[in-house]
Amino acid sequence: MTWEIVIQAIISGLLMGLVYALIAAGLSLIFGLMEIVNFAHGEFMMISMYAAFWLWALFGLDPLYSVPLCATLMFFMGVATHYGIIRHILGASMLAQICATFGLAVFLRALAQFLWTPDFRSIANPLVEGRVELAGVFLGLPQIVASVGCLFAFGFLYLFITRTETGLALQATAQDRQAAELMGIPTDRMFALGWGIGAACVGVAGVFLSTFYYVFPEVGLPFALLAYVAVAMGGFGSILGSLVAGILIGLVESLGGLLIDPSYKLLIVFGLYLTVVVFRPRGLFGRF
Amino acid sequence: MADVQSTAAVDNKALASAMAEPLRAPANVKRRAAYGTLALALVAFPQVFDSPFLHHVMIILFMYALMAQSWNILAGFCGQISLGHATFFGIGAYSTGYLFFAYQLSPWIGLGVGVLLAMLMAIAIGIPTFRLRGHYFAIATLLIGEGVQIFFQRWELVGAASGIFLPIVREQAWLNFQFHDTKLPYYYIILVFLALASFIVWRLDRSRIGFYFRAIRDEPEAASSLGVNVTLYKSFAFMISAGLMSMAGAFYCQYVLVIDPETVFPLSLSILVVLMAVMGGAGTLWGPIIGAAVLVPLSEVTRVYFGGTGGSLDLMIYGALIVLICIFKPEGLVGAVKVLRPVAGEEKTNHGDARS
Repeated sequence: MTWEIVIQAIISGLLMGLVYALIAAGLSLIFGLMEIVNFAHGEFMMISMYAAFWLWALFGLDPLYSVPLCATLMFFMGVATHYGIIRHILGASMLAQICATFGLAVFLRALAQFLWTPDFRSIANPLVEGRVELAGVFLGLPQIVASVGCLFAFGFLYLFITRTETGLALQATAQDRQAAELMGIPTDRMFALGWGIGAACVGVAGVFLSTFYYVFPEVGLPFALLAYVAVAMGGFGSILGSLVAGILIGLVESLGGLLIDPSYKLLIVFGLYLTVVVFRPRGLFGRF
Repeated sequence: MADVQSTAAVDNKALASAMAEPLRAPANVKRRAAYGTLALALVAFPQVFDSPFLHHVMIILFMYALMAQSWNILAGFCGQISLGHATFFGIGAYSTGYLFFAYQLSPWIGLGVGVLLAMLMAIAIGIPTFRLRGHYFAIATLLIGEGVQIFFQRWELVGAASGIFLPIVREQAWLNFQFHDTKLPYYYIILVFLALASFIVWRLDRSRIGFYFRAIRDEPEAASSLGVNVTLYKSFAFMISAGLMSMAGAFYCQYVLVIDPETVFPLSLSILVVLMAVMGGAGTLWGPIIGAAVLVPLSEVTRVYFGGTGGSLDLMIYGALIVLICIFKPEGLVGAVKVLRPVAGEEKTNHGDARS
């Protein structure tokens, strides 16, 4: 094993980590707002990937151009999820909340399978393809574009949450719903906004992924699993925590795959989750 | 302080209901008659209807009801929401299948070994994860379930991803737990397993342990402060639950005679079991059975009518149904049934009489 391989693993882990971070940030935002884990998060990503695929297949629109389109679509899907399902189960038991989002996940996955068959599809001849060599390290261009894109989206999200009035209202709602309501913040609309932004985040990540990953109904599952790990490690509700945890998971996954065995890389990440939650139940960072 | 009082009230209720036994006799007799009729109907069912497809649907229904019932003990009664219960199903299936495949051990022995292994596994999983609350526990079990599946997909000894094909044996059908001419023995075996699980739930529900379970589910701190050994009872619930789940796995292995990690350890199985129990009503005796009785025929019928893609149509209906249930009837279909039947109401008045 040469140093090039290790460096290559580190960099590609870092690149994937940024994608995981954006997926996790969406999940974390929703959880921070209303203590609900969106178990349909992976399915949101899958829908966004299909949207990108069909925009390409039917209209020849490259995924890189359809990012804003898909993000908007997913935003409205998130908002619709809130108004259609989530707001009705806010007072229900945790079990009902878990099952509602799982039911949505099962529905969306089956719908995708019903409409578009379980076939693996991929986008041929994307705008950006191939790989580049930097000092003996080979990196896929789509991966680089995806991680830079996700980093930008993440930065945008972070600035929105911390610098705008609406973002502050989101934070206030997350910290104390009743107090926020007393301050005149329309918390129900904040929840809807949170779902919209959360879904848009995972949607953006999905579009970028579709440039170098297969599109199929179950594609969301492994990414959603990694996002749960990232969110728990970063601390539920902490946006910055999910960035750090996402990158950490990307690194652990790729280095673990290299040093131990690629087929066990998910096991290593799951082990990491258990270690973190058992020894530091609130995650590495608190809440935002 | 308030917690202490409320638990005292619970104890009083238990005492009152114990004292009220004679008063409740009429309702009890009625209920026993109903149970007896149901049992007779279920035993007679395959004799009256001899379609193998119907037998198959009922067998699958009982198997899922058994799984949902086992999940119900841990999650419905004790409040620990496991999203990785397929792990124990797979352990049961693999113990039975592997011991028969490699050592020609009777599947009944394999079943026993599987139950023991599943219980040990439950303790091993429980020790680190029982400290976790709510979502953290749920996600931990989900990830452990996925991890175990990955592990089995790579484990060469048990056939890795291609799994185990059980040798077909035609003689000594009962000893070898293989019936090739008729599905009837499978029907009765799984019916007995389900009855056992339901009996355990019924006993637990009215025992002291059942009260501990619900106390741990609803008010873990209060339960702990009153001297309930929370970890012990959580482990107990997890062990029973895992053992019953493992029995379902062993049965499945003998029913289809082919097992692989994709079919016995999938997350989708864990989720399906949860959805069934919740749809029927988690934390109730009949909920998981009602949930299975609604969802299994739905899935079998869509599969027959729509062929391969029916596999996704039934899941679409499941998903939509469970979302609707969570919104409109979060306590499950059992609640709706109780409204229709005045039996529960009668019981309540009797309780009231006994207390006043």
